[in-house]
Amino acid sequence: MPSALIGILFDGIAYAMILYIISVGLSVTMGLMGFANLAHGAFAMAGGYLLVTLMAALGLPFLASLPIVFVVVALGSIVFERLLYVRLYRAGELDQVLFTIGLIFMAIAATTFIYGPLPQAVRLPAYLMGQVDLGFRSFPTYRSFLIVIGAVLILALWLGLERTRLGAQVRAAVDNRRMAESLGINVGRLFTTTFALGSGLAGLGGALGADILAPTPSYPLEHIVYFLIVVSVGGLGSIRGPFVAALLLGVMDTAGKYYVPDFGAFFIYVAMMGLLLWRPHGLFGRA
Amino acid sequence: MATPLHPIDQLGAWHRIRPLELLPWVLAVGYYFLPNSNLPLGTEILTWALFTLSLDLVLGYTGIVSLGHAAFFGIGAYAAGLVARWLGWTEPITALIFAGAVSGVAGVISGLIVLRTHGLTLLMLTMAVAVMLKELANKLGWLTGGADGLQGIVIDPIFGQFRFDMFGRTTYWYALAVLFLAWIVARRIVHSPFGRSLVGIRENATRMSAIGSPVMLRMVTVYAISAAMAGVAGALLAQTTRYVTVNVLSLEYSGDVLIMLVLGGMGRLYGAFAGSAVFLVLRDELSKLSPYYWSFGIGLLLVATVLFARGGLLGIVDTLWDRIKRWRA
Repeated sequence: MPSALIGILFDGIAYAMILYIISVGLSVTMGLMGFANLAHGAFAMAGGYLLVTLMAALGLPFLASLPIVFVVVALGSIVFERLLYVRLYRAGELDQVLFTIGLIFMAIAATTFIYGPLPQAVRLPAYLMGQVDLGFRSFPTYRSFLIVIGAVLILALWLGLERTRLGAQVRAAVDNRRMAESLGINVGRLFTTTFALGSGLAGLGGALGADILAPTPSYPLEHIVYFLIVVSVGGLGSIRGPFVAALLLGVMDTAGKYYVPDFGAFFIYVAMMGLLLWRPHGLFGRA
Repeated sequence: MATPLHPIDQLGAWHRIRPLELLPWVLAVGYYFLPNSNLPLGTEILTWALFTLSLDLVLGYTGIVSLGHAAFFGIGAYAAGLVARWLGWTEPITALIFAGAVSGVAGVISGLIVLRTHGLTLLMLTMAVAVMLKELANKLGWLTGGADGLQGIVIDPIFGQFRFDMFGRTTYWYALAVLFLAWIVARRIVHSPFGRSLVGIRENATRMSAIGSPVMLRMVTVYAISAAMAGVAGALLAQTTRYVTVNVLSLEYSGDVLIMLVLGGMGRLYGAFAGSAVFLVLRDELSKLSPYYWSFGIGLLLVATVLFARGGLLGIVDTLWDRIKRWRA
């Protein structure tokens, strides 16, 4: 395989990991509650900014900051869910879209007010800079780290969904909410838990990927299209679908930027339209 | 209690223009004669009111949620801008009609494709059409001017008589006249049997097809009409500002027009006028203070509208009016 192709695949997979970690929570939110949460990217942005603040203001190391980011964003999202989102579960999707667009605008204003309009740079630790030599070729350490962390998280997520009680309840509720409720599963509380987990993951993804997608106030608006592509192409409520979609998107986007820098994004939108017209419920979605 | 009208008589009654419906026009004409009127802002409001009115046909009356209506606004803007810049087609009125026609055709094509889907997929597809076109306009820089925008648009005097002066007097009247004509068309549409069938589709598409209404045909038709109207609005922007940027196709514009409609009130024609005026005046005022105020304010307003005032501003007016009537009775 030519060296450029390996490089593209590698960068594409690292990018896909970030896209997946951020978007998987959105897929579950939409599949479980049918809630079109366009403001999901704001949680990812919050993760990125929180990381910058923890490292710069408190002097915490990069790795120690990551779990804190996850926990803080997850807990913070519960407040939003209980206070605001809960009022709109039974509303139509137009109301949900407008409401979450409103939240995006407020998040952008608040972030600009606190951090200023410029993108924040994350200072990566020295051990994540440079290259790691795998014998036949060397790879950038930061991206290798992303792929390893991403793989571990995905494995944990899948095992959790297949093997734990919470995972079984989520699967049951996505399949048939009324039936799950009749069996005594408290879907409301289940949803709060998965919402928090999904938002926490988005925050973690935003922090992990802060060197690729730099935290800037317009983050939630700028990247929402890609997060939504991952979810809609993957299929709502699916855990595996968004992973496949993220891989496709990550590799295509990286390849597009390399080979056809002028029309990269254009082809992605064409591909997405074709895919959604062929399978309106996504690759792994159910009708 | 009054006896209910026969459906045909009801449509006829709606057709007759009530005095209150002339209020926006009186205000618009009156604004021109104010001593300190800001005519460029006024023209902007009239242009966006036309764009919002076009979205009302699709979203307010038919219930099609689109996150990419700027696609048609942008197509119209570029159609009018490009023919004036490159082909020397500088006569404004025929160029406006041409731009509307181009957008209408685009509406038919994209409507046939995207209106097969619902929910999130429909949102994604409408959004994709717009971002795709934006990407294209951005990359065809030799034609469109790319990120720098299309400059050097020359527009002839209207009817060969009225030049576009630097104070924006002609553009104000021009935009007002175009909006007025579009309002008459939109009014006829929504108060026609066709318009009633659109409301039927909004309320229950399955039942509409069960009683024999060709739902898909109706939706594509109104989508194309709305696209043409949005295209005329875009062309109006290109002609009155003599400048087109790729922003006309952006997600922000699609979002702005959606917000204006919801703020004013959907499915009532005049919500488009109220919403665009309030939105643009607020933006003008708040942005002077600080850009955060505007962004935060509009977000808060949107959240509050969804939570507490689903009918928008005109919905609030309706509720107050009903209360006053009941209180008097």
